Amino acid sequence: MSPSRLYTASVTPPLPLSSFNVSSNFCTEENVSECILYINQELLSLCFPPIFQNSDSISDLDAVVALNNIYDLLQLHRRAVGMMEELEVEQLKSSSDLHYQHLTNSRLKDQLELSKKENMRLHERERQLETNVKTLQNCLKDTKEEVQRLQGIIASRATQYNHDIKRREREHNRVKERLNQLLIAKKENKQGMEVLNYIGRSDGRRCLWKTGKTESRHEGDMYKTLLNEFDNRQRELMVENTELKKVLQQVKREMVGVLNSKKMSQEEEKQSNDMDQSTLQTNSDEDELLKRHHEMSCDHAREKLTNSIRQQWRKLKHHVERLDSQASMVQDGDSEEVISKQLHEEEMERLKLEIQQCKEFIQTQQQLLQQQLNTPCDEETAAVLNDSYMLEEKERLKEEWKVFEEQRKNFEMERRNFTEAAIRLGHERKCFEDDRAMWIKHQFLNTTFADQMKPQSRMADEFSKHSGREEKLISISGKVSKSHL
Amino acid sequence: MNFSEVFKQSNQLCKVSPDGKYLATCVQYRLVVRDFSSLQIVHLYTCLDQVMHMEWSSDSLFILCAMYKRGLVQVWSLEQPDWHCKIDEGSIGLVSSRWSPDGRHILNTTEFSLRVTVWSLCTKAVSYIKYPKACQKGVDFSADGRYMALAERRECKDYISVFVCDDWHLLRHFESETQDLSGLEWSPNGCVLAVWDSCLEYKILLYSLDGRLLSSYSAYEWSLGIKSVAWSPSSQFLAVGSYDEKVRILNHITWKKITEFEHPATIMNTKAVVFKEVEKRPVVGSEDLSIHQLTVDNSLFSTQSKYEITQLPAQVPVIKPDPERANPKIGISALAFSADNRFLATKNDNMPQSLWVWDMQRLSLLAVLEQTAPVRCFVWDPRRPRLALCTGNTKVYLWSPAGCVSVNVPVEGSFQVQSLFWHCSGSSLVLLSKEHICLCYVEAEEEK
Repeated sequence: MSPSRLYTASVTPPLPLSSFNVSSNFCTEENVSECILYINQELLSLCFPPIFQNSDSISDLDAVVALNNIYDLLQLHRRAVGMMEELEVEQLKSSSDLHYQHLTNSRLKDQLELSKKENMRLHERERQLETNVKTLQNCLKDTKEEVQRLQGIIASRATQYNHDIKRREREHNRVKERLNQLLIAKKENKQGMEVLNYIGRSDGRRCLWKTGKTESRHEGDMYKTLLNEFDNRQRELMVENTELKKVLQQVKREMVGVLNSKKMSQEEEKQSNDMDQSTLQTNSDEDELLKRHHEMSCDHAREKLTNSIRQQWRKLKHHVERLDSQASMVQDGDSEEVISKQLHEEEMERLKLEIQQCKEFIQTQQQLLQQQLNTPCDEETAAVLNDSYMLEEKERLKEEWKVFEEQRKNFEMERRNFTEAAIRLGHERKCFEDDRAMWIKHQFLNTTFADQMKPQSRMADEFSKHSGREEKLISISGKVSKSHL
Repeated sequence: MNFSEVFKQSNQLCKVSPDGKYLATCVQYRLVVRDFSSLQIVHLYTCLDQVMHMEWSSDSLFILCAMYKRGLVQVWSLEQPDWHCKIDEGSIGLVSSRWSPDGRHILNTTEFSLRVTVWSLCTKAVSYIKYPKACQKGVDFSADGRYMALAERRECKDYISVFVCDDWHLLRHFESETQDLSGLEWSPNGCVLAVWDSCLEYKILLYSLDGRLLSSYSAYEWSLGIKSVAWSPSSQFLAVGSYDEKVRILNHITWKKITEFEHPATIMNTKAVVFKEVEKRPVVGSEDLSIHQLTVDNSLFSTQSKYEITQLPAQVPVIKPDPERANPKIGISALAFSADNRFLATKNDNMPQSLWVWDMQRLSLLAVLEQTAPVRCFVWDPRRPRLALCTGNTKVYLWSPAGCVSVNVPVEGSFQVQSLFWHCSGSSLVLLSKEHICLCYVEAEEEK
């Protein structure tokens, strides 16, 4: 019956303590009857007998019932408080259990983590050990093979040694036998040479005595031979060296040319153009430097050349790789220089088609031509056809023939005239000659001895006049003959 | 191609004079000298015993015949058949005999290589060289005939002596850095001496004429090493063939390897041409098998063969060598450069039926010839890039860059070609069988 001692913050007390003391909140002197009614209702709702009976008008409060009700209520209250206490205890218990469970849970989780890690570690170790075992097994196998190989070698060497030893022992025995023979033998065959006559040396010279001079000559000859050989070899190597240098220089120049021509057209490389210019500049500088040092085969020049070639080659390689990657990608006319593979292929197909068409065309033409030549059509139509082709030419030829005929006729006429003229000329000449002869005769007959000088001169004049006339005639005939031509 | 008639010889002793005019053959103890163009016998000499070695002097005036069993050397003169010379080594024995480059001295190596005696045909002088080494190639004369390099072994160390052939003056004597010197060879320009070790160690040393070590090359350790060495005629390259089936080419400027030629069992190289010899057996009808036919017409048994080009990749037949035996039949045993320096022919011992031809300008394989029998001998034409080879059957094979051809030797009875060599003009081949020789006149142009 004691009031509950344990009141936690979460548990609200069923009734505020203060309400025991301040009871004026609910009931005052004015509202007693209402309060009584209200309490009556409440009690009825709680299945308690009513404390107030409203049958008579007298507000008569049944004290016994009220006290009983109060007692019952108090009992109830006590029971409720007891139950609450128990519930509280149980709740505390369960919360502490829960807390404990949480703790154990987390502890177990940690343990699980740890054990998992341990497991992984052990697995790892096992794996490592397995790989170790494998490598060791391989090593063992290799070593075994090596051992076998070496054993084989040792065996072959042993057979070789044995063979050798046996051979030497046999020879040794032979030597011993021969020695015995020689010791026993009484007659000793001396070695010697019989020759009919000594012959001259192959080079015809006399044999020389062995002197210090000859020895030094031999040494000298030997060194001369060696030096000649070294000289030859050095010369060959020099020639080879210069050739190779030239080739390298050329290669480098070509690479530089190729790279620069490619780089000029590419847009991405615009900013590096200046750099290229500078490299071009340095390259040309190097070329000059190398040309100057061309004769000197110093390491420095050689290194520079090889380094610059390596550099250029690296650039060229990058460039080619880039071109390859570009060609494999499909581009939509990004740069004019680079044609994508597809376009290229399409172009190829188109060209091939064109070629095929052209070939077919040529074939059909050939066929038609053949047909033309071979078709045995009617002779008339053939003749007509042939004629029709030749008509124009024939007309032209006819005209030309006409012209030729006319000319020929003209020439004939002219020739006839000329021959007649020539005949006449001949006659005239004959007459003239006769006349001249007569005239000379007359003159001669008419002259006296005293006038021989004068008539001779006169005759000469006359002769010259005549010859002049003759010349004129000759020139005329010459002119005629010329015009005839 | 024309073939001459067959003549007898013994011991494979048949040599053409250096000027190309005469052919000398030994038949048992007789020396027969013929005129090369007419094959008429010009001289006939008789030696005291069976001739084991015969050699022309460099001026083609003298021939030496060595009889090792008797320890005798006889020298014959072509100009004066009455002239005679006999060198008797006596009890000291004779193992080898050779001319000096001037054709006036004879170098005899005694038994057990005790010493080398230099006999002079001009004077009474005799020189002795002590401690020569008995190895694969212990003596070499330079190409101009001025110097001789001799390998010596004193107190378990290798030495090299360089002599001036003029008067046998010892020019240089130096220790060689080899473990066990196996051979030495002058370069064709006479300025470098290549010295190589035995097969137990891969080492080749280059010495200058004055004895300085120019360079040393070793491709690998421990496995069997160098098997054969050849200089190119211009002295530009040194080809080293080894037991690992590779040929390594060294250049004359740095003496470092510029390339190595491998001989794989499968040829993948698309630029190479593989010629395979294919035999065509003639079809024999039953009526042909009369005794008369069999004895007279030997073409019944001789098979024709021709070359076919095999598609690549091609397989080369390999014969695995016996691992227990010493000097195993594996590795490059023979190398030869063509006279114009452009080609190199190699033979790998575990592919004995194949001959490999390499292009030295491109440093790559040019052709592989696969024969039906192991290749016995191959020689380059001294004038042209033309290779002649034989495999011990009745055919002689020719390869040139234009192609290759197989020719049957049309001799009655079968003529098994054991070895061959060219005449110095390159216009004819001398073929040697076991007991006979035959000349083959080759045209200048080759047909495929």
